[in-house]
Amino acid sequence: MSDHNYTPSSKFGKWFNDRLPLLTLANHLTDYPTPKNLNYWWTFGGILTFCLITQIITGLVLAMHYIAHADLAFSSVEHIMRDVNYGWLIRYIHANGASMFFLAVYIHIFRSLFYGSYKAPREIIWILGIMIYLLMMAAAFMGYVLPWGQMSFWGATVITNLFSAIPLVGESITTWLWGGYSVDNPTLTRFFTLHYLIPFLILGLVVLHIWALHVPGNNNPVGIDIQKPSKDTVPFHPYIVIKDLFALLLFMIVFAFFVFYSPNILGHADNYIEANPLVTPAHIVPEWYLLPFYAILRSIPDKLLGVVAMLSAIFILAALPWLDTSKVRSAVFRPLYKQFYWILVIDVLILGYVGAMPAEGLYLLIARVATAYYFLHFLLILPILGKIEKTTPLPLSITSPVLGGSADLAMAKSTDVRKEKL
Amino acid sequence: MQRIFKILFFLLILNTNFANSISAENTSKLLTTDWSFKGPFGKFDRASLQRGYQVYNEVCASCHSLKYVSYRNLSEKGGPEFSVKEAKAIAASFEITDGPNQDGEMFTRPAKLSDKFVMPYSNEEEAKSANGGAYPPDMSVLVKARAGGADYIYSVLLGYVDPPENIKLDDGVYYNKYMYGNKIKMPKQLSDGLVEYSDGTNATEEQMAKDVTSFLMWTAEPHLEQRHKTGFRAIVYLIILTLLVYFSMKKIWSRVETNV
Repeated sequence: MSDHNYTPSSKFGKWFNDRLPLLTLANHLTDYPTPKNLNYWWTFGGILTFCLITQIITGLVLAMHYIAHADLAFSSVEHIMRDVNYGWLIRYIHANGASMFFLAVYIHIFRSLFYGSYKAPREIIWILGIMIYLLMMAAAFMGYVLPWGQMSFWGATVITNLFSAIPLVGESITTWLWGGYSVDNPTLTRFFTLHYLIPFLILGLVVLHIWALHVPGNNNPVGIDIQKPSKDTVPFHPYIVIKDLFALLLFMIVFAFFVFYSPNILGHADNYIEANPLVTPAHIVPEWYLLPFYAILRSIPDKLLGVVAMLSAIFILAALPWLDTSKVRSAVFRPLYKQFYWILVIDVLILGYVGAMPAEGLYLLIARVATAYYFLHFLLILPILGKIEKTTPLPLSITSPVLGGSADLAMAKSTDVRKEKL
Repeated sequence: MQRIFKILFFLLILNTNFANSISAENTSKLLTTDWSFKGPFGKFDRASLQRGYQVYNEVCASCHSLKYVSYRNLSEKGGPEFSVKEAKAIAASFEITDGPNQDGEMFTRPAKLSDKFVMPYSNEEEAKSANGGAYPPDMSVLVKARAGGADYIYSVLLGYVDPPENIKLDDGVYYNKYMYGNKIKMPKQLSDGLVEYSDGTNATEEQMAKDVTSFLMWTAEPHLEQRHKTGFRAIVYLIILTLLVYFSMKKIWSRVETNV
């Protein structure tokens, strides 16, 4: 933003802007040069912002009617569903909104993986993103506990019990987290407090995430560095704004389909049974978006190592910019990486599937193989691939079909234009 | 553009199938019937809901509570839509304990529209001791609390068959083809002609199971009709807006050479 020389036209505007450069900021955001070849996978940033704001607004309304008490939580949710004006709509938007949020964030993350958006100079954007993702999981988990149904209660019991795997102090930490000797009212009230707090922490991180993005600017499907502004860029407004809006509306249609026509399909039926500490459900399953990690947790026979593996599966992503040794960003020019990328996608989907199944027999075996492959991908395949892979030639710019790429990145010259892929 | 739609469609199918595959575990394939409330334009069949209430009241209510439903709901839009007068009469036929009054005494009075449905037992322990140790679950959200939903409830009501020879049942335990684990502590409830429908409908077992399940679908989702109606409007609105934005986008992007 430091390269901005913007002067408001009005006298008041100038006076105000000298004191608080809000108009400079607004001007920066509208003029922000964006690569013109961004495809629809790049629209999920805007969609995620929409999801966050939707969750915060619907959440505020729900909090006005919800009662965080072990004896009243379940019935207060039913009160919202039955007696609060449009309470059913607000709650279904909030509950399905969580799923939509994760759907969008997974697309956003895998887009980044495909196009190498985590690579220099965008490591900080990526790490901020991983922090947002972690907080999202915490918020979603605690939110799922609030209706105080059977899955809420037993999910909370399983997850908080993981802390007891910590050597020596584990038991004490679990008791401290619970505020007692089991998941009970004190657990519910603190989860509610934290569930209310975390979205605002996420909002703060989102501001940093976008700020960090605006320093180097967007990556793009070709993955080359571009001149800004130049023939290769368009101003954010109106070009990207209208495109993001179009994608957002398509997303909202899918969202609305879930909210209005199958609002409970992504949830578990058991959560409409009020929490009962004396009755354990047949299968305790987390929400779909946590299933891959649940599969990793259960694939390790040792409790402590299982927890370590599950957390490593997330934290390993933060090290990704250094694990991937290839200088070429976009998978479009990395024929081998492209294949391993899709294998990883399938691997994660398999983990998600076995995470929903009982941890026994063939399912357990599949979970173990898939877990092993997940780590293999990041720890072995990516570092080696960057060294041995022969990448295809990069273009000089987005607009010109001339190959030869930037000095650092190009591997060979060829007449293969690959324009159709851009 | 086309690719986006394909992807969206694929995701939709994936999600739906995925959720279905999780919920449709073990047990035999559920029975189903022509539910009027299924599908994006589904509505409740008023007469069926009213008959369903009758079945609930005469058969289920002696053990199962409906603690989140109020008598006023019976006359509300999108439900059985009894007239206010009828709903008042239904409420008044139940006695509820109120108080304390000015003398500090609890007293009973006829229920009013604003009261919740009267519970058959005063607490869970009483319910258990009266039912051989099994707690008859509250039925307010029962349809949503069981994988398989309305089909599952309908199937369990009709699923009483003779147990296979290798299965031994304890006293007070019954065999049900569709119940999880096939063992149920509720004896078979419905039999042809058990209730006499005031509208003259033939009270077959299937008819009663269908009516009472529809009624329970309504108690679980009292705003289902409004949800379907609002959803249709919202989606039509979104589609029109999407088209407008799409053409605006095309126009704006025609200034640069890149395709969107």
